Amino acid sequence: MRTSYLLFLCALAINCLKLQAEEKNEIPDMNGCLKCHSHQTITFTNTLTRHENKRLMNPLYILDKDHFAKGVHATFKCVDCHSAEYDHYPHKAELKLEPLNSCLDCHGGDVKYASYKFEKIDEEFQKSIHFKKIGESFTCSKCHNQHYYQAKSRNSSIVSDIVLFSNEMCMSCHSNNNKFQLLSDKLKPALAEIHVWLPNQALHFKNVRCIECHTQVVDSLAVSHNILPKEKALKNCEECHSKNSMLEASLYKYKNLQSRNQKGKLNTIISNKSYVIGAYQNTWLQRISFIILALVLLGIGFHVIARIMKKLI
Amino acid sequence: MKESENKIYFYPIWIRIWHSLNAIGILILIYTGITMYYSNRGFQLMDFQLAINMHNIAGILVGLSYLIFSIGNLRTTNDKHYKVKRIGMIEKVIKQSHYYMVGMFNKQHPPYPLSEKRKFNPLQKLIYSIVMYILMPGLIITGIGLLLPELIIENVYELSGIFLTALLHASLGFLVSIFLIIHLYVASIGKHPLENFKSILNGYHDTSKH
Repeated sequence: MRTSYLLFLCALAINCLKLQAEEKNEIPDMNGCLKCHSHQTITFTNTLTRHENKRLMNPLYILDKDHFAKGVHATFKCVDCHSAEYDHYPHKAELKLEPLNSCLDCHGGDVKYASYKFEKIDEEFQKSIHFKKIGESFTCSKCHNQHYYQAKSRNSSIVSDIVLFSNEMCMSCHSNNNKFQLLSDKLKPALAEIHVWLPNQALHFKNVRCIECHTQVVDSLAVSHNILPKEKALKNCEECHSKNSMLEASLYKYKNLQSRNQKGKLNTIISNKSYVIGAYQNTWLQRISFIILALVLLGIGFHVIARIMKKLI
Repeated sequence: MKESENKIYFYPIWIRIWHSLNAIGILILIYTGITMYYSNRGFQLMDFQLAINMHNIAGILVGLSYLIFSIGNLRTTNDKHYKVKRIGMIEKVIKQSHYYMVGMFNKQHPPYPLSEKRKFNPLQKLIYSIVMYILMPGLIITGIGLLLPELIIENVYELSGIFLTALLHASLGFLVSIFLIIHLYVASIGKHPLENFKSILNGYHDTSKH
Protein backbone atom coordinates (compact mmCIF):
# COMPACT_ATOMS: atom_id res chain seq x y z
CA MET A 1 0.00 0.00 0.00
CA ARG A 2 2.80 2.33 1.08
CA THR A 3 4.87 1.44 -2.01
CA SER A 4 2.02 2.14 -4.37
CA TYR A 5 1.40 5.48 -2.63
CA LEU A 6 5.08 6.39 -3.12
CA LEU A 7 4.94 5.29 -6.74
CA PHE A 8 1.85 7.45 -7.24
CA LEU A 9 3.65 10.47 -5.74
CA CYS A 10 6.68 9.85 -7.98
CA ALA A 11 4.49 9.62 -11.05
CA LEU A 12 2.75 12.84 -10.04
CA ALA A 13 6.07 14.65 -9.55
CA ILE A 14 7.38 13.43 -12.92
CA ASN A 15 4.19 14.59 -14.60
CA CYS A 16 4.45 18.02 -12.99
CA LEU A 17 8.05 18.37 -14.13
CA LYS A 18 7.07 17.24 -17.63
CA LEU A 19 4.25 19.77 -17.76
CA GLN A 20 6.55 22.56 -16.62
CA ALA A 21 9.07 21.55 -19.26
CA GLU A 22 6.38 21.49 -21.92
CA GLU A 23 5.17 24.92 -20.87
CA LYS A 24 8.70 26.23 -21.07
CA ASN A 25 9.21 24.65 -24.47
CA GLU A 26 5.98 26.04 -25.83
CA ILE A 27 7.82 28.65 -27.81
CA PRO A 28 11.57 29.20 -27.93
CA ASP A 29 13.40 31.93 -26.07
CA MET A 30 12.57 35.14 -27.87
CA ASN A 31 15.57 37.08 -26.62
CA GLY A 32 13.18 38.82 -24.32
CA CYS A 33 11.11 40.21 -27.20
CA LEU A 34 7.94 38.75 -25.79
CA LYS A 35 8.49 40.50 -22.48
CA CYS A 36 6.95 43.46 -24.25
CA HIS A 37 5.48 42.06 -27.46
CA SER A 38 3.06 39.69 -25.79
CA HIS A 39 1.69 42.28 -23.37
CA GLN A 40 -0.71 45.17 -23.63
CA THR A 41 1.62 47.58 -21.81
CA ILE A 42 5.33 48.35 -21.84
CA THR A 43 7.37 49.66 -18.87
CA PHE A 44 10.75 51.24 -19.54
CA THR A 45 13.16 53.80 -18.10
CA ASN A 46 12.89 57.07 -19.95
CA THR A 47 16.51 58.04 -20.65
CA LEU A 48 15.62 61.75 -20.85
CA THR A 49 13.51 62.10 -17.71
CA ARG A 50 15.08 59.09 -15.94
CA HIS A 51 11.61 58.10 -14.83
CA GLU A 52 9.90 54.73 -15.18
CA ASN A 53 7.32 55.02 -17.93
CA LYS A 54 4.40 52.67 -18.48
CA ARG A 55 2.70 52.94 -21.85
CA LEU A 56 0.24 51.04 -24.00
CA MET A 57 1.73 48.79 -26.65
CA ASN A 58 0.84 49.39 -30.28
CA PRO A 59 -1.78 46.63 -30.77
CA LEU A 60 -0.34 45.83 -34.21
CA TYR A 61 2.89 44.74 -32.55
CA ILE A 62 1.43 42.46 -29.93
CA LEU A 63 1.99 38.79 -30.64
CA ASP A 64 -0.58 36.23 -29.53
CA LYS A 65 1.72 33.65 -27.91
CA ASP A 66 -0.79 30.81 -27.89
CA HIS A 67 -1.71 31.40 -31.48
CA PHE A 68 1.97 31.60 -32.44
CA ALA A 69 2.71 28.33 -30.64
CA LYS A 70 0.23 26.53 -32.92
CA GLY A 71 1.66 28.02 -36.10
CA VAL A 72 4.07 26.44 -38.57
CA HIS A 73 6.89 28.72 -37.43
CA ALA A 74 6.40 28.11 -33.72
CA THR A 75 9.98 26.93 -33.23
CA PHE A 76 11.46 30.10 -34.70
CA LYS A 77 13.15 32.82 -32.72
CA CYS A 78 12.18 36.41 -33.53
CA VAL A 79 15.71 37.15 -34.77
CA ASP A 80 15.53 34.25 -37.22
CA CYS A 81 13.48 36.61 -39.38
CA HIS A 82 13.86 40.04 -37.75
CA SER A 83 17.07 42.01 -37.23
CA ALA A 84 19.18 41.11 -34.20
CA GLU A 85 19.46 44.84 -33.54
CA TYR A 86 15.93 44.75 -32.11
CA ASP A 87 17.51 43.70 -28.82
CA HIS A 88 18.05 47.39 -27.96
CA TYR A 89 15.21 49.56 -26.79
CA PRO A 90 14.13 52.07 -28.04
CA HIS A 91 14.45 50.23 -31.38
CA LYS A 92 16.16 52.11 -34.19
CA ALA A 93 13.56 53.72 -36.48
CA GLU A 94 15.16 52.40 -39.69
CA LEU A 95 14.76 48.82 -38.51
CA LYS A 96 11.14 49.12 -39.53
CA LEU A 97 12.32 49.36 -43.12
CA GLU A 98 14.30 46.12 -42.98
CA PRO A 99 13.39 43.88 -45.91
CA LEU A 100 11.70 40.77 -44.58
CA ASN A 101 11.97 37.35 -46.12
CA SER A 102 9.17 36.14 -48.33
CA CYS A 103 8.10 32.48 -48.29
CA LEU A 104 10.27 31.64 -51.30
CA ASP A 105 13.39 33.20 -49.74
CA CYS A 106 13.40 30.31 -47.30
CA HIS A 107 11.26 27.68 -48.99
CA GLY A 108 12.42 28.09 -52.61
CA GLY A 109 14.12 24.78 -53.45
CA ASP A 110 13.41 23.59 -49.93
CA VAL A 111 13.81 19.81 -50.11
CA LYS A 112 12.15 19.24 -46.74
CA TYR A 113 8.93 20.84 -47.92
CA ALA A 114 9.15 19.81 -51.59
CA SER A 115 5.63 18.39 -51.42
CA TYR A 116 4.27 21.88 -50.75
CA LYS A 117 5.54 22.92 -54.24
CA PHE A 118 6.29 26.52 -53.31
CA GLU A 119 7.61 27.33 -56.81
CA LYS A 120 4.43 26.05 -58.45
CA ILE A 121 2.39 28.04 -55.93
CA ASP A 122 4.33 31.15 -56.92
CA GLU A 123 3.79 30.40 -60.60
CA GLU A 124 0.04 30.01 -60.06
CA PHE A 125 -0.14 33.06 -57.79
CA GLN A 126 1.41 35.18 -60.54
CA LYS A 127 -1.56 34.33 -62.75
CA SER A 128 -3.98 35.40 -60.04
CA ILE A 129 -6.03 38.58 -59.95
CA HIS A 130 -4.25 39.57 -56.73
CA PHE A 131 -0.88 39.66 -58.46
CA LYS A 132 -2.19 41.13 -61.70
CA LYS A 133 -3.92 44.03 -59.94
CA ILE A 134 -1.53 44.69 -57.09
CA GLY A 135 1.78 43.21 -58.15
CA GLU A 136 4.77 42.48 -55.89
CA SER A 137 3.30 44.29 -52.92
CA PHE A 138 0.75 41.48 -52.63
CA THR A 139 3.07 39.26 -50.64
CA CYS A 140 2.32 35.74 -49.37
CA SER A 141 1.93 37.15 -45.88
CA LYS A 142 -1.11 39.18 -46.93
CA CYS A 143 -3.01 35.89 -46.65
CA HIS A 144 -0.56 33.63 -44.81
CA ASN A 145 0.36 35.38 -41.60
CA GLN A 146 3.86 34.05 -40.87
CA HIS A 147 3.32 34.28 -37.12
CA TYR A 148 0.15 32.24 -36.97
CA TYR A 149 -0.16 30.25 -40.19
CA GLN A 150 -1.16 26.59 -39.82
CA ALA A 151 -1.13 23.97 -42.58
CA LYS A 152 -4.75 23.17 -41.79
CA SER A 153 -5.78 21.72 -45.11
CA ARG A 154 -2.93 19.23 -44.88
CA ASN A 155 -3.20 18.30 -41.26
CA SER A 156 -6.78 18.75 -40.12
CA SER A 157 -9.32 15.98 -40.52
CA ILE A 158 -12.24 18.28 -39.85
CA VAL A 159 -13.59 19.83 -43.01
CA SER A 160 -15.29 22.69 -41.13
CA ASP A 161 -11.93 23.65 -39.55
CA ILE A 162 -10.24 23.69 -42.94
CA VAL A 163 -13.05 25.84 -44.34
CA LEU A 164 -13.03 28.27 -41.42
CA PHE A 165 -9.25 28.70 -41.47
CA SER A 166 -9.17 29.18 -45.22
CA ASN A 167 -12.03 31.67 -45.28
CA GLU A 168 -10.56 33.68 -42.42
CA MET A 169 -7.58 34.34 -44.68
CA CYS A 170 -9.84 35.87 -47.34
CA MET A 171 -11.97 37.66 -44.78
CA SER A 172 -8.96 39.26 -43.11
CA CYS A 173 -9.06 41.77 -46.00
CA HIS A 174 -12.43 41.22 -47.67
CA SER A 175 -14.36 41.94 -44.51
CA ASN A 176 -11.95 44.52 -43.12
CA ASN A 177 -11.93 47.80 -44.97
CA ASN A 178 -8.72 49.08 -43.35
CA LYS A 179 -6.75 46.06 -44.47
CA PHE A 180 -8.51 46.04 -47.83
CA GLN A 181 -7.44 49.62 -48.50
CA LEU A 182 -3.86 48.75 -47.73
CA LEU A 183 -3.87 47.25 -51.20
CA SER A 184 -6.74 48.95 -52.96
CA ASP A 185 -8.10 52.47 -53.30
CA LYS A 186 -11.65 51.14 -53.46
CA LEU A 187 -14.00 50.30 -50.62
CA LYS A 188 -14.28 46.60 -49.98
CA PRO A 189 -17.28 45.06 -51.76
CA ALA A 190 -20.29 44.09 -49.64
CA LEU A 191 -19.96 40.32 -49.71
CA ALA A 192 -23.53 39.49 -48.67
CA GLU A 193 -24.88 41.75 -51.42
CA ILE A 194 -22.74 40.45 -54.25
CA HIS A 195 -23.50 36.87 -53.25
CA VAL A 196 -27.23 37.47 -52.97
CA TRP A 197 -27.88 35.03 -55.84
CA LEU A 198 -26.41 32.18 -53.79
CA PRO A 199 -29.13 30.10 -52.08
CA ASN A 200 -28.57 29.44 -48.36
CA GLN A 201 -25.77 31.99 -48.36
CA ALA A 202 -24.85 31.65 -44.68
CA LEU A 203 -24.64 27.88 -44.99
CA HIS A 204 -22.42 28.13 -48.06
CA PHE A 205 -20.13 30.70 -46.41
CA LYS A 206 -19.75 28.45 -43.40
CA ASN A 207 -19.19 25.17 -45.23
CA VAL A 208 -17.50 26.07 -48.48
CA ARG A 209 -14.15 27.74 -48.95
CA CYS A 210 -14.19 30.98 -50.96
CA ILE A 211 -11.45 29.48 -53.12
CA GLU A 212 -13.76 26.67 -54.22
CA CYS A 213 -15.51 29.07 -56.61
CA HIS A 214 -12.88 31.76 -56.90
CA THR A 215 -9.83 29.79 -58.02
CA GLN A 216 -8.76 27.69 -60.94
CA VAL A 217 -8.13 24.20 -59.58
CA VAL A 218 -4.72 22.76 -60.40
CA ASP A 219 -4.40 19.03 -59.85
CA SER A 220 -0.77 19.12 -58.80
CA LEU A 221 -1.40 21.63 -56.00
CA ALA A 222 -3.09 20.89 -52.71
CA VAL A 223 -4.60 24.37 -52.62
CA SER A 224 -5.12 26.38 -55.73
CA HIS A 225 -3.50 29.83 -55.67
CA ASN A 226 -4.77 31.24 -58.93
CA ILE A 227 -7.50 33.53 -57.61
CA LEU A 228 -9.73 34.36 -60.57
CA PRO A 229 -11.26 37.72 -61.46
CA LYS A 230 -14.81 37.90 -60.16
CA GLU A 231 -16.32 37.48 -63.64
CA LYS A 232 -14.73 34.05 -63.88
CA ALA A 233 -15.90 32.78 -60.50
CA LEU A 234 -18.10 29.68 -60.59
CA LYS A 235 -21.81 30.34 -60.54
CA ASN A 236 -23.23 27.03 -61.77
CA CYS A 237 -24.69 25.00 -58.93
CA GLU A 238 -23.95 21.70 -60.64
CA GLU A 239 -20.21 22.38 -60.69
CA CYS A 240 -20.29 21.31 -57.05
CA HIS A 241 -23.70 19.69 -56.72
CA SER A 242 -23.09 16.73 -58.95
CA LYS A 243 -21.69 13.22 -59.06
CA ASN A 244 -18.41 14.52 -60.47
CA SER A 245 -18.39 17.48 -58.11
CA MET A 246 -15.67 20.11 -58.27
CA LEU A 247 -15.34 19.64 -54.53
CA GLU A 248 -13.87 16.21 -55.17
CA ALA A 249 -11.12 17.94 -57.06
CA SER A 250 -10.54 20.57 -54.40
CA LEU A 251 -11.82 20.37 -50.83
CA TYR A 252 -12.13 16.59 -50.68
CA LYS A 253 -9.30 15.68 -52.97
CA TYR A 254 -6.63 15.08 -50.39
CA LYS A 255 -5.91 11.44 -49.95
CA ASN A 256 -4.77 12.21 -46.44
CA LEU A 257 -8.12 13.80 -45.63
CA GLN A 258 -9.73 10.49 -46.41
CA SER A 259 -7.14 8.41 -44.59
CA ARG A 260 -7.41 10.72 -41.60
CA ASN A 261 -11.09 10.04 -41.62
CA GLN A 262 -11.09 6.24 -41.78
CA LYS A 263 -13.75 4.96 -39.46
CA GLY A 264 -14.18 1.40 -40.66
CA LYS A 265 -16.84 -0.19 -42.76
CA LEU A 266 -19.62 2.16 -41.75
CA ASN A 267 -17.69 4.77 -43.66
CA THR A 268 -18.58 3.08 -46.92
CA ILE A 269 -22.27 3.55 -46.23
CA ILE A 270 -22.26 6.80 -44.31
CA SER A 271 -19.74 9.18 -45.76
CA ASN A 272 -18.10 11.55 -43.32
CA LYS A 273 -17.81 14.30 -45.85
CA SER A 274 -20.08 17.23 -45.38
CA TYR A 275 -23.35 16.57 -47.15
CA VAL A 276 -23.59 18.26 -50.51
CA ILE A 277 -26.81 17.74 -52.45
CA GLY A 278 -26.01 15.98 -55.70
CA ALA A 279 -22.38 15.34 -54.81
CA TYR A 280 -23.31 12.77 -52.20
CA GLN A 281 -24.14 9.67 -54.19
CA ASN A 282 -23.41 6.58 -52.18
CA THR A 283 -23.05 3.48 -54.35
CA TRP A 284 -24.42 1.15 -51.69
CA LEU A 285 -27.55 3.19 -51.09
CA GLN A 286 -28.03 3.50 -54.85
CA ARG A 287 -27.72 -0.26 -55.31
CA ILE A 288 -30.22 -0.98 -52.55
CA SER A 289 -32.72 1.51 -54.00
CA PHE A 290 -32.31 0.14 -57.53
CA ILE A 291 -32.84 -3.42 -56.26
CA ILE A 292 -36.04 -2.40 -54.43
CA LEU A 293 -37.28 -0.52 -57.50
CA ALA A 294 -36.45 -3.45 -59.79
CA LEU A 295 -38.27 -5.92 -57.53
CA VAL A 296 -41.36 -3.70 -57.41
CA LEU A 297 -41.40 -3.28 -61.20
CA LEU A 298 -40.80 -7.00 -61.68
CA GLY A 299 -43.69 -7.83 -59.32
CA ILE A 300 -45.99 -5.44 -61.18
CA GLY A 301 -44.82 -6.91 -64.51
CA PHE A 302 -45.71 -10.44 -63.43
CA HIS A 303 -49.06 -9.25 -62.10
CA VAL A 304 -49.89 -7.51 -65.37
CA ILE A 305 -48.97 -10.63 -67.36
CA ALA A 306 -51.15 -12.77 -65.07
CA ARG A 307 -54.04 -10.31 -65.47
CA ILE A 308 -53.71 -10.38 -69.26
CA MET A 309 -53.55 -14.17 -69.29
CA LYS A 310 -56.62 -14.45 -67.08
CA LYS A 311 -58.34 -11.80 -69.18
CA LEU A 312 -58.74 -9.51 -66.21
CA ILE A 313 -57.70 -6.47 -68.21
CA MET B 1 -80.18 -3.11 -60.11
CA LYS B 2 -79.13 -0.17 -62.28
CA GLU B 3 -75.47 0.64 -62.43
CA SER B 4 -76.05 4.19 -61.24
CA GLU B 5 -77.63 2.88 -58.04
CA ASN B 6 -74.40 1.12 -57.22
CA LYS B 7 -72.42 4.33 -57.45
CA ILE B 8 -71.66 5.90 -54.13
CA TYR B 9 -70.22 9.33 -53.49
CA PHE B 10 -66.85 8.19 -52.25
CA TYR B 11 -64.52 11.16 -52.44
CA PRO B 12 -65.92 14.54 -51.28
CA ILE B 13 -64.60 17.64 -52.97
CA TRP B 14 -62.06 18.53 -50.27
CA ILE B 15 -60.48 15.08 -50.52
CA ARG B 16 -60.26 15.42 -54.29
CA ILE B 17 -58.68 18.89 -54.02
CA TRP B 18 -56.20 17.63 -51.43
CA HIS B 19 -55.44 14.52 -53.48
CA SER B 20 -54.89 16.53 -56.69
CA LEU B 21 -52.57 19.04 -55.00
CA ASN B 22 -50.69 16.19 -53.40
CA ALA B 23 -50.42 14.26 -56.65
CA ILE B 24 -49.12 17.22 -58.68
CA GLY B 25 -46.78 18.29 -55.88
CA ILE B 26 -45.36 14.82 -55.31
CA LEU B 27 -44.77 14.18 -59.01
CA ILE B 28 -42.80 17.45 -59.23
CA LEU B 29 -40.94 16.60 -56.02
CA ILE B 30 -39.93 13.17 -57.30
CA TYR B 31 -38.70 14.49 -60.65
CA THR B 32 -36.81 17.45 -59.18
CA GLY B 33 -35.58 15.30 -56.29
CA ILE B 34 -34.10 12.75 -58.70
CA THR B 35 -32.55 15.63 -60.68
CA MET B 36 -30.80 16.91 -57.58
CA TYR B 37 -29.84 13.57 -56.06
CA TYR B 38 -28.47 12.09 -59.29
CA SER B 39 -26.98 15.35 -60.51
CA ASN B 40 -24.16 14.95 -62.99
CA ARG B 41 -22.01 17.68 -64.51
CA GLY B 42 -22.15 16.01 -67.92
CA PHE B 43 -25.89 15.37 -67.95
CA GLN B 44 -28.68 17.13 -66.10
CA LEU B 45 -32.35 16.18 -66.22
CA MET B 46 -33.06 19.89 -65.76
CA ASP B 47 -31.28 23.05 -64.60
CA PHE B 48 -30.10 22.49 -61.02
CA GLN B 49 -31.12 25.92 -59.76
CA LEU B 50 -34.57 25.50 -61.35
CA ALA B 51 -34.86 22.03 -59.80
CA ILE B 52 -34.10 23.48 -56.35
CA ASN B 53 -36.67 26.28 -56.75
CA MET B 54 -39.34 23.91 -58.06
CA HIS B 55 -38.60 21.39 -55.31
CA ASN B 56 -38.96 24.13 -52.68
CA ILE B 57 -42.24 25.41 -54.14
CA ALA B 58 -43.69 21.92 -54.62
CA GLY B 59 -42.56 21.02 -51.11
CA ILE B 60 -44.46 23.97 -49.67
CA LEU B 61 -47.49 23.02 -51.81
CA VAL B 62 -47.44 19.45 -50.48
CA GLY B 63 -46.98 20.80 -46.94
CA LEU B 64 -50.09 22.95 -47.41
CA SER B 65 -52.03 20.05 -48.89
CA TYR B 66 -51.05 18.01 -45.82
CA LEU B 67 -52.54 20.81 -43.75
CA ILE B 68 -55.79 20.48 -45.73
CA PHE B 69 -55.68 16.72 -45.10
CA SER B 70 -55.12 17.21 -41.36
CA ILE B 71 -57.87 19.84 -40.98
CA GLY B 72 -60.23 17.73 -43.11
CA ASN B 73 -59.57 14.68 -40.99
CA LEU B 74 -60.18 16.66 -37.82
CA ARG B 75 -63.39 18.27 -39.07
CA THR B 76 -64.92 15.21 -40.77
CA THR B 77 -65.09 11.49 -40.12
CA ASN B 78 -62.53 10.77 -42.83
CA ASP B 79 -59.89 9.96 -40.19
CA LYS B 80 -61.71 6.76 -39.22
CA HIS B 81 -60.66 5.18 -42.54
CA TYR B 82 -57.05 5.51 -41.44
CA LYS B 83 -57.53 3.97 -38.00
CA VAL B 84 -55.84 0.60 -37.96
CA LYS B 85 -57.12 -1.86 -35.37
CA ARG B 86 -54.27 -3.97 -34.15
CA ILE B 87 -56.34 -7.02 -33.38
CA GLY B 88 -56.60 -9.23 -36.43
CA MET B 89 -54.78 -6.68 -38.57
CA ILE B 90 -52.06 -9.05 -39.79
CA GLU B 91 -54.58 -11.74 -40.75
CA LYS B 92 -56.69 -9.22 -42.64
CA VAL B 93 -53.67 -7.81 -44.47
CA ILE B 94 -52.51 -11.31 -45.42
CA LYS B 95 -56.02 -12.18 -46.63
CA GLN B 96 -56.17 -9.03 -48.79
CA SER B 97 -52.63 -9.64 -50.17
CA HIS B 98 -53.57 -13.23 -50.95
CA TYR B 99 -56.57 -11.92 -52.89
CA TYR B 100 -54.33 -9.63 -55.00
CA MET B 101 -51.80 -12.39 -55.65
CA VAL B 102 -54.03 -15.45 -56.05
CA GLY B 103 -57.72 -14.88 -55.33
CA MET B 104 -58.46 -12.29 -58.00
CA PHE B 105 -57.05 -14.62 -60.67
CA ASN B 106 -59.41 -17.39 -59.49
CA LYS B 107 -62.42 -15.08 -59.83
CA GLN B 108 -62.86 -14.92 -56.06
CA HIS B 109 -64.75 -11.98 -54.56
CA PRO B 110 -62.67 -9.39 -52.73
CA PRO B 111 -62.55 -10.33 -49.03
CA TYR B 112 -63.25 -6.77 -47.94
CA PRO B 113 -65.52 -5.12 -50.52
CA LEU B 114 -65.53 -1.36 -50.36
CA SER B 115 -68.58 0.48 -49.08
CA GLU B 116 -69.38 3.87 -47.63
CA LYS B 117 -68.30 2.56 -44.25
CA ARG B 118 -65.17 0.85 -45.54
CA LYS B 119 -63.43 3.03 -48.09
CA PHE B 120 -60.10 1.25 -47.78
CA ASN B 121 -59.42 -2.45 -47.60
CA PRO B 122 -57.16 -3.55 -44.68
CA LEU B 123 -54.00 -3.47 -46.80
CA GLN B 124 -54.79 0.01 -48.10
CA LYS B 125 -55.64 1.14 -44.59
CA LEU B 126 -52.29 -0.01 -43.22
CA ILE B 127 -50.19 1.36 -46.07
CA TYR B 128 -52.08 4.68 -46.32
CA SER B 129 -51.71 5.16 -42.57
CA ILE B 130 -47.96 4.53 -42.74
CA VAL B 131 -47.62 6.92 -45.69
CA MET B 132 -49.83 9.68 -44.29
CA TYR B 133 -48.91 9.47 -40.61
CA ILE B 134 -45.24 8.44 -40.74
CA LEU B 135 -43.64 9.01 -44.16
CA MET B 136 -45.31 12.32 -45.05
CA PRO B 137 -44.79 14.03 -41.67
CA GLY B 138 -41.19 12.76 -41.72
CA LEU B 139 -40.69 14.20 -45.20
CA ILE B 140 -42.30 17.51 -44.28
CA ILE B 141 -40.27 17.92 -41.08
CA THR B 142 -36.95 17.01 -42.74
CA GLY B 143 -37.94 19.16 -45.72
CA ILE B 144 -38.52 22.19 -43.50
CA GLY B 145 -35.12 21.45 -41.94
CA LEU B 146 -33.40 21.45 -45.31
CA LEU B 147 -35.28 24.56 -46.41
CA LEU B 148 -34.16 26.39 -43.27
CA PRO B 149 -30.89 24.60 -42.45
CA GLU B 150 -30.12 26.88 -39.51
CA LEU B 151 -32.83 24.95 -37.64
CA ILE B 152 -30.90 21.68 -37.88
CA ILE B 153 -28.65 20.46 -35.07
CA GLU B 154 -25.12 21.00 -36.34
CA ASN B 155 -23.57 17.72 -35.34
CA VAL B 156 -25.00 14.46 -34.12
CA TYR B 157 -21.94 12.84 -32.57
CA GLU B 158 -19.49 13.02 -35.45
CA LEU B 159 -22.00 13.28 -38.25
CA SER B 160 -23.34 16.46 -39.72
CA GLY B 161 -26.98 17.11 -38.82
CA ILE B 162 -27.68 18.25 -42.38
CA PHE B 163 -26.23 15.00 -43.70
CA LEU B 164 -28.51 12.90 -41.49
CA THR B 165 -31.56 15.05 -42.29
CA ALA B 166 -30.87 14.89 -46.02
CA LEU B 167 -30.29 11.14 -45.89
CA LEU B 168 -33.58 10.64 -44.05
CA HIS B 169 -35.38 13.01 -46.43
CA ALA B 170 -34.06 11.20 -49.52
CA SER B 171 -34.83 7.76 -48.05
CA LEU B 172 -38.39 8.73 -47.14
CA GLY B 173 -38.77 10.34 -50.57
CA PHE B 174 -37.66 7.08 -52.15
CA LEU B 175 -40.21 5.10 -50.12
CA VAL B 176 -42.97 7.51 -51.15
CA SER B 177 -41.89 7.09 -54.79
CA ILE B 178 -42.15 3.31 -54.43
CA PHE B 179 -45.55 3.79 -52.77
CA LEU B 180 -46.66 5.96 -55.70
CA ILE B 181 -45.72 3.28 -58.26
CA ILE B 182 -47.61 0.59 -56.33
CA HIS B 183 -50.51 2.98 -55.61
CA LEU B 184 -50.90 3.82 -59.30
CA TYR B 185 -50.70 0.18 -60.29
CA VAL B 186 -53.15 -1.09 -57.70
CA ALA B 187 -55.53 1.71 -58.73
CA SER B 188 -55.66 0.08 -62.15
CA ILE B 189 -57.13 -3.08 -60.61
CA GLY B 190 -60.88 -2.82 -60.97
CA LYS B 191 -63.67 -3.38 -63.39
CA HIS B 192 -61.77 -1.31 -65.89
CA PRO B 193 -58.13 -0.17 -65.50
CA LEU B 194 -59.16 3.50 -65.61
CA GLU B 195 -62.23 3.19 -63.38
CA ASN B 196 -60.51 4.17 -60.12
CA PHE B 197 -58.72 7.09 -61.79
CA LYS B 198 -62.09 8.43 -62.91
CA SER B 199 -63.48 7.96 -59.40
CA ILE B 200 -60.85 10.13 -57.75
CA LEU B 201 -61.67 12.87 -60.28
CA ASN B 202 -65.50 12.75 -60.22
CA GLY B 203 -65.89 11.49 -56.66
CA TYR B 204 -68.13 8.48 -57.44
CA HIS B 205 -67.12 4.90 -56.87
CA ASP B 206 -68.88 1.96 -58.49
CA THR B 207 -69.44 -0.82 -55.98
CA SER B 208 -71.38 -3.11 -58.35
CA LYS B 209 -68.45 -5.41 -59.16
CA HIS B 210 -64.93 -5.76 -57.91
